Amino acid sequence: MSTTTITPTSGTPASGTPTSGTPTAGARRTTYPPIPFGRILGVELRKMFDTRSGFWLLMSIGILAVLASAAVVLFAPDEEIAYGSFAGAIGIPMSILLPVIAVLSVTGEWSQRSGLTTFTLVPSRGRVIAAKAVAAVGVGVAGMAVALAVGALGNVVGSQLAGVPTQWDATAANLGFIVLASVLGQLMGFMLGVLVRNSPGAIVGYFVYAFIVPTLSGVLASTQDWYRDVQQWVDFQYNQTSLYDTVGLSGDEAAQLAVTAGLWLVLPMLVGLWLVSRSEVK
Amino acid sequence: MILIDSLTMKYGGFTALDDVSFASEPGRVTGFLGPNGAGKSTTMRIMVGLTKPTSGHATVAGRRYADLPNPGREVGVLLDASAQHAGRTGREILTIAARTMGVPGRRVDEMLDLVSLTPTEAGRRVRNYSLGMRQRLGIATALIGDPHVLILDEPANGLDPAGIRWMRDLLRGYADQGGTVLLSSHLLHEIEVIADDLIVIGNGRIVAQGTKAELLATAGTLVRTPDTAVLAQAIASAGLVAHSSGPDLLRVESDPHVVGRIALETGVPLVELRAAEGAGLEEMFLELTAETQREGAAA
Repeated sequence: MSTTTITPTSGTPASGTPTSGTPTAGARRTTYPPIPFGRILGVELRKMFDTRSGFWLLMSIGILAVLASAAVVLFAPDEEIAYGSFAGAIGIPMSILLPVIAVLSVTGEWSQRSGLTTFTLVPSRGRVIAAKAVAAVGVGVAGMAVALAVGALGNVVGSQLAGVPTQWDATAANLGFIVLASVLGQLMGFMLGVLVRNSPGAIVGYFVYAFIVPTLSGVLASTQDWYRDVQQWVDFQYNQTSLYDTVGLSGDEAAQLAVTAGLWLVLPMLVGLWLVSRSEVK
Repeated sequence: MILIDSLTMKYGGFTALDDVSFASEPGRVTGFLGPNGAGKSTTMRIMVGLTKPTSGHATVAGRRYADLPNPGREVGVLLDASAQHAGRTGREILTIAARTMGVPGRRVDEMLDLVSLTPTEAGRRVRNYSLGMRQRLGIATALIGDPHVLILDEPANGLDPAGIRWMRDLLRGYADQGGTVLLSSHLLHEIEVIADDLIVIGNGRIVAQGTKAELLATAGTLVRTPDTAVLAQAIASAGLVAHSSGPDLLRVESDPHVVGRIALETGVPLVELRAAEGAGLEEMFLELTAETQREGAAA
């Protein structure tokens, strides 16, 4: 290795060697193995829940799930004390709040400026962002698994409490589509995160995207015949939320889901990923 | 070992860095000095791969930072102590760093101990930290991977006098064990006390670099005599440079014993002969960066 001596402004060259003869940290030549993707994934998963906001989002899901399950037992007519109601009591708050965790996982690096550390410890931004996407999807799948499992427990206990026969009203196919819907919701949160990279902005964006746009679309569909005919070809939320109740997609429905997801999810996500690769972490 | 090779950084028409080259050597503390906005932070961001330079490159331990397989194990970086998620606890931030680097969890406690953050403080969220505590946490994060290079941007900011002393001893010890330390600061006294080598940057250009001893020695010798004209002539014919600093005072760019000998040989009576000590880093800094200071003719 060539040594560049510091050029002094006057005279003699700098003596750049330490005087001690002991082995030094500077002379150490250990090669470290690269950071495996699994480790980045584990860290990103942990980071989703170790902040105050992450903790309270989880807590509020738990609290809402308990309240909603109790409400089903107390207020639902007997014929609706069934698996779907209990799974939904936990699944619906999750499907609304878990995407916020996906949003914050990305935006926090910019809004909270923790990216300065994250992207110096792992200079490859693509690996970090990929880990965040995988973690967001994983949380969506795990969340729904928990909702379905706890819902089953709630159904057994709840039907006993209400003194009605235990009803199982969901099929395996239905459960699959519920998980798919949840994954799409998580990807939507992730997409808004990479696109906006600002926590308040992306969360507002999420609620506009997930609630205001579908409401407007519904109003438009109920008043305008021409729109009702095309709604399913332009309204991603409509197709995504329909998945929670479906047991099978027709060819048309699958095409509508793919087209609207391409327009509302994939396209903005590509723009967002491009922006993330370029934006400066201040 | 950090090598910076002709870095140039342009934002549109604005040149933030102009052909910046320097080295930071193992076993030495290199102070990186410059007025606000001179390009210190930009240079450091380029070093760690957060910003892409327009041209030129920076290497750490012979490789581009982004090519290091596990950078945290080789280079400890603290760019901005406040850039942390306010909702995480100090301990959690260290745990995340340790896990990313793959170092054992006990390093977290060792580092908390090293930077004197108590378990109670470590359990608090960073939102409630003072700047000094954030700096300590930042230093802990930088050191947790046991790196052999440290890149620290304004690490003494917000530390109390005892904290500054602690930081100085820590960095001195680290360099004495062969580590490379590059730290930027505008706290001149701090740099003057701790640095072995100095890099002075102004308006995106390196205006001076060398060992501290050399740079501060450029202040030269002050000599007082009634016969300034005669002495000045003799000094000039000896190939040295003399500046008039008053009616009977000369500042010579050389050592006192050289000037004394010239005076003896010339037969000029001296009233005073001494090293122009006082200048120090502040004078040098203001002089070197005079053209680039916001305040104009500060020197």
